[in-house]
Amino acid sequence: MRESNIMKIHYITGISAIILVAIHIMFRLIMPYGASLEYENVIANYKNLPYTIVLELVLVTVAIHGFNGLRIILIELRQGRVWEKSMTWLCIIGAASIIAYGTRTIILASLTGEV
Amino acid sequence: MSVNLKILRYSPKEGKRYDTFEVPYQRWTTVLDALLYVKAYVDHSLALRYSCRMASCGSCGMLINGKPRLACYTKISELNSNEIICEPLPNFPIIRDLATNFDRFFTNHKNMMPYIINEKTDRKMDDIHREFIQKPDEVEKYLQFSYCIKCGLCYAACPTTAMDKEFPGPQALAQMYRYMIDSRDQASRKRLEIIDNRHGIWRCHFAGSCSNVCPKGVDPALGIQLLRSYLLGFSKKGEEKAVLYISSH
Amino acid sequence: MKENREGIKGWLRPYKYGLPRFAYWLQRWTGVGLLVYFIAHVIETSNIVNGKIAWDKMLELTQTTQGHIILTLVIGMCVFHAANGVRLYFAEGGKGLGKAGRPEYPYNPLSLNNKMKACIWVSIALAALAMMYGASILFGE
Repeated sequence: MRESNIMKIHYITGISAIILVAIHIMFRLIMPYGASLEYENVIANYKNLPYTIVLELVLVTVAIHGFNGLRIILIELRQGRVWEKSMTWLCIIGAASIIAYGTRTIILASLTGEV
Repeated sequence: MSVNLKILRYSPKEGKRYDTFEVPYQRWTTVLDALLYVKAYVDHSLALRYSCRMASCGSCGMLINGKPRLACYTKISELNSNEIICEPLPNFPIIRDLATNFDRFFTNHKNMMPYIINEKTDRKMDDIHREFIQKPDEVEKYLQFSYCIKCGLCYAACPTTAMDKEFPGPQALAQMYRYMIDSRDQASRKRLEIIDNRHGIWRCHFAGSCSNVCPKGVDPALGIQLLRSYLLGFSKKGEEKAVLYISSH
Repeated sequence: MKENREGIKGWLRPYKYGLPRFAYWLQRWTGVGLLVYFIAHVIETSNIVNGKIAWDKMLELTQTTQGHIILTLVIGMCVFHAANGVRLYFAEGGKGLGKAGRPEYPYNPLSLNNKMKACIWVSIALAALAMMYGASILFGE
């Protein structure tokens, strides 16, 4: 992929993440902060479909933006075909793993009490 | 009045060391004057590069009190310090003492194709005199970038060139913009392709250090961001606009 | 010839080159910090699938004074990274930098104009305000 396209994705995910994270934080503030973290309220959040979509989007956008940022730092730190390829794959695998792990939490939490 | 001039000395055999010299100075004495005093009266073996003594040739760039500066353009009195530390420009290989090697820097510059590419200016047709007529606003788009004296201060200040040896550096990228934005040039697409890679323009993070140290007001950071706006699609360059004027000898 | 690259020291040094260099340094560190927090946050919140006891245990570990200090710092990092990121988004797209022209002595670079510097200060101020607000909520309970 062309670097300009990767960077366009970086900018788009960055801007999207600002909006999505703001929504995510607002859900902590619609009730007293301590109460918003109580088990029942968190599970209720996960059962709210629009909010789970927001959570999934936060997960995807922040993972892509964050791991691409890490890739940029790593390829600036050292150069060479092997290093750059390894670091690129490391970041892709890192992003994919965190997305998969977070998605698993979202799915399982939204099904809690239904099975 | 006198000042202590602490100079980093380096030779491949002896390695690095600092030598300190006490140098007399006046209000108008430049760091280059002080270095030349050391070379003339104290230690003839001091190696440094200089030529015009008036910030035109870009030869005497060095790290002065931790910041890249032209030695001929920096007065001792304006540094407000009893000790002046002179070191070779970082990010350039050291040849000896304060003299650095500019090979990679110039190669990066050449890679940007720093010339007008236009098929209408075919040199084979010698019997015809041809020139492009540009409007003042067309000239002003690239004028400030054409003032670059290739002193390498921006390259030494850039945090990306400090780590990424494949990054062309602020000077080369700003020169890329200088030629790309020229209304006589027809090779915009080809030029943008050269810098759209893993170690190209995207490794600039707009730290602005290049523009902070530029002694000629070139503002490489501005050129780089304007160049990037074309890759991001915020700006578009139309077809070549300069009018071709042809006359027979 | 001795290769004389500054290396990692180059981006670890935030001073000598003015406010934009400091913003660059801060943007990098906040980015790295936020990525670390993000990974930790995804892992810690996964406890929700292990039932109420596991979730409450995790809250006991994180909802402490140290946890709240870390969270306050994360709020600050997040707001600065976002606000300065928006500035960079526009600047890197060539917006807000001014028009190239004839440089006049003493050569004040257009790209380091007051608008850009004000945006950096606003980002820092917003981060500080968000940290104060966050701390008031976290420690207020």
